[in-house]
Amino acid sequence: MTVLAATGAGRGLRRRLSRTPLWGAAPGVAFLAVFFLFPVLRLLLLSVQDADGGFSLGAYARAFSTTVYLHVLAITFAIAAETTLISLLAGLPLAYWLTHLPPRRRGPVLLLVMLPFWTSALVKTFAWLIILGRNGVLNRLLLAAGLIDHPLGLLHGRGGVMVGMVQAMLPLAVLTMLPVMLAIDRRLNDAARTLGASSVQAFWRVFFHLALPGLAAAGLLVFISALGYFITPALLGGPHDTMLAQLIITEVQEMMDWNFGGALAVLMVAAALLTCWLYERAFGIASVAGGAALPDPRRPLRRLGLVLLGVTADALSAAGGGIAARLGPRLSGWALPAFCLPVLAFLSVPTMVMLPMGFTSSSFLDFPPPGFGLSWFRMVLASPLWRDALLRSLAVAAATGIVATVTGALAAYAVARQGGRWGGALFALFLAPLAIPRIVVAFGLFTLFARLHLVGTSAGLAIGHAVLALPMVFVTVLATFKGYDWHLDQAAATLGADRRRVLVLITAPLVRSGLAAAFLFAFITSFDELTVAIFVSGGIVTTLPRQMWDDMILQLNPTLAAVSAIVFVIVAAALLVAELLRRAE
Amino acid sequence: MDGSTKAQAAGTAKLVTRGVAKSYGPVAALQPTDLHVGAGELMTVLGPSGSGKTTLLQIIAGLVEPTAGRILIDGNDHTHTPVHRRDIGVVFQSYALFPHLTVAENIGFPLRMRGLPAAELARRVRAALAMVQLGHLADRPPRALSGGQQQRVALARCFVYQPSIILMDEPLGALDRKLREHMQVEIKHLHRESGATILYVTHDQEEALAISDRICLMNQARVEQIGSPRQIYEAPASIFAAEFIGISNVLRGRVGSRTLRTPDGEFALPAVPGGLTSGAPAALVVRPENVQLADSGHGALAGEVVEHVYAGSETRLLLRLASGTVFTLRLPAGVPAPAIGAAVGVRWPDGAAVCVPA
Repeated sequence: MTVLAATGAGRGLRRRLSRTPLWGAAPGVAFLAVFFLFPVLRLLLLSVQDADGGFSLGAYARAFSTTVYLHVLAITFAIAAETTLISLLAGLPLAYWLTHLPPRRRGPVLLLVMLPFWTSALVKTFAWLIILGRNGVLNRLLLAAGLIDHPLGLLHGRGGVMVGMVQAMLPLAVLTMLPVMLAIDRRLNDAARTLGASSVQAFWRVFFHLALPGLAAAGLLVFISALGYFITPALLGGPHDTMLAQLIITEVQEMMDWNFGGALAVLMVAAALLTCWLYERAFGIASVAGGAALPDPRRPLRRLGLVLLGVTADALSAAGGGIAARLGPRLSGWALPAFCLPVLAFLSVPTMVMLPMGFTSSSFLDFPPPGFGLSWFRMVLASPLWRDALLRSLAVAAATGIVATVTGALAAYAVARQGGRWGGALFALFLAPLAIPRIVVAFGLFTLFARLHLVGTSAGLAIGHAVLALPMVFVTVLATFKGYDWHLDQAAATLGADRRRVLVLITAPLVRSGLAAAFLFAFITSFDELTVAIFVSGGIVTTLPRQMWDDMILQLNPTLAAVSAIVFVIVAAALLVAELLRRAE
Repeated sequence: MDGSTKAQAAGTAKLVTRGVAKSYGPVAALQPTDLHVGAGELMTVLGPSGSGKTTLLQIIAGLVEPTAGRILIDGNDHTHTPVHRRDIGVVFQSYALFPHLTVAENIGFPLRMRGLPAAELARRVRAALAMVQLGHLADRPPRALSGGQQQRVALARCFVYQPSIILMDEPLGALDRKLREHMQVEIKHLHRESGATILYVTHDQEEALAISDRICLMNQARVEQIGSPRQIYEAPASIFAAEFIGISNVLRGRVGSRTLRTPDGEFALPAVPGGLTSGAPAALVVRPENVQLADSGHGALAGEVVEHVYAGSETRLLLRLASGTVFTLRLPAGVPAPAIGAAVGVRWPDGAAVCVPA
């Protein structure tokens, strides 16, 4: 009898296993296991080996033997922390202002945030080089206005790095906190007002508190992204602004010392994970994807986090109240747009100034261009190097889009259907590539691809880009499924459709605009990706960003402006279509 | 088909559940439940929200796997048959019409799943559309239709493939009162025309009384009483049944020798329900329409008028009894109501009161 009962239970379990929608996540889980978890974990192993593969702590001994590396680590942390702080301080008012715009006007304004978010980091950095350079736009304007006598040295220092970093990270901060803020019931503010709170008090006591999870998530994402940054410090910074990622690139590409590079990568991941853990303890990070989990005040670190925020809120509330009283109601009503409009200009104007430079008739990057023409575009398209790079980038981006959309969407379907403990674990796995600095993923893939002979292949590039694009696809499709009526799937099943036919005939057609938007986001992610390209292209197959990077390090020329314009137009077009599709839903 | 002969062998039970139960961890969503639904019967599953009625329906449809028990359809075990092979039709409260398909494509969907030839499919879709009088809307998307029309499309999509059992989950819940009453008549009509076996979930007791052959009354995840609408209304088996269906006056007390002793007096019991011994808690249930006014000091009970509720065809009179219990009676239109504060007596004919365990 017991044997019978046991086999019966086994059959029940098998039946449940065979019917669970979690199977949809299997391709994505396998993909991430092979091309994300394994290579990143292998770096850990590499870091405790010597060149012959024996166990050795030599790499770490070297890292801590001089102050050089610790110094770089400190600079990396300082730059990431400053970037996070400024992005949050500027992002909070901007996001708050966006939540209060009528939806019809919010869309276009939001595009002004989305566009710089998706614009290639290289294009943005190139724009700053043109604007802040010794003969750059800003110096020319100031000289012409007679405000200065000699050009200012705006580049190659911490100031230039911070300008570039904040412009790159501020949109990420705003786009992360915005969904949480939009989910806050506006009537709570009115309720606080009727209960006697001033508008300043209502903001800090009610809105700010409820928006905290979004702020915490924004801070975390910005900090981790900034930790692994190298484009901006390499091009806009001086020798004293070298960040850890730059060292890793040098170790791997020039010194060929994988073990030491691995040790540096492990230090970076450790720093990122420690930050994640502290954040989770203090604020909870369930909000990274928009779920507004309020901190549980029972844990000591959380209590500390809450007390800190409470004190800050009180201080800001008092200060804000004082300023508002000084300004009077009419002027204080203008304070928010007066702050936000310049911030929006800071985000988008540099790229706009850079765009016409590609149409210059001059052989130099003069501003304003002495005349206009298409000669630089003709040169780009006639050059086999640039043309091949463009075509390869488009092909790799398309392949990335397909791979990431299929695997990511199936995983999102599984999580949306299943939820629960397993859903939570999958959720964490598919967002994990965001929690590991990009440079570490790229380095890890490089060591794996070297064995699989995938270095220098388009397939290797597409795989690497798909790892980076998966979180984007996953979050986009998951958001689409949030509004999906699962009764439709149930109805189709009762009407005689098996699971495959339900998916093909009902679910997929109904979420197709979300899928298309996810594809385009993956496409853009790949199209302007540089980090993986630096490691994986092996100098043989070059992509557009890779070619731009190589050129930018050597010399600035109008060809770069023309290429930047091409990249910008393609990304902007893809983004616009993706946004329109998402709105249509 | 041999399905029908098997059904006859099982005593014409189309659908049988044996000890079907569902629990989520320690929470029982459905206690072990036995149900027999006859072929061609329309049975409503009636109960408040959280009573387990939707869980029961989802288990029968195959959308939820039961923790225990078996489901027999035409005498065959279908406990573990996947949803799409169960041949059960479900009408959802939200209609669940596919927004990317036209009305005709929606109705044709189950036929397409069954691989019907195109000509036959088109013929049956036309017939189904004619049945619900929506032929002129065949090529519209569902969202272009009114709520009542969408409901009719959902019904047509379900009836078109003649499933062996049709389950309806609060199908009229989203409609306003007038339309709901109209659709009740239509569903009764469809049921009679098609001879389908229907299990109909609702929380609306008036709806259940109006359309059912039998009612399965559920409460707290278990079956409270099964019977025809008349049986359940006139002979409720519990205080819950009496109070959930219609308006009841409930006088709680304890069983004496062939009487029920309550704070408002002792009443003779025509029949003591089985199992109720002397001293057991019980209640007397009297429907307001069976109660007549008597002069103060006469009748079975005395009370004071505390409220008039005017309802057009009748006026309901609320009395407060000596114990504080509120007692309702119905005055037909035209009968003058005693003033608020007036002391009155009430009486009811023998056999109008039912004794239930409390």
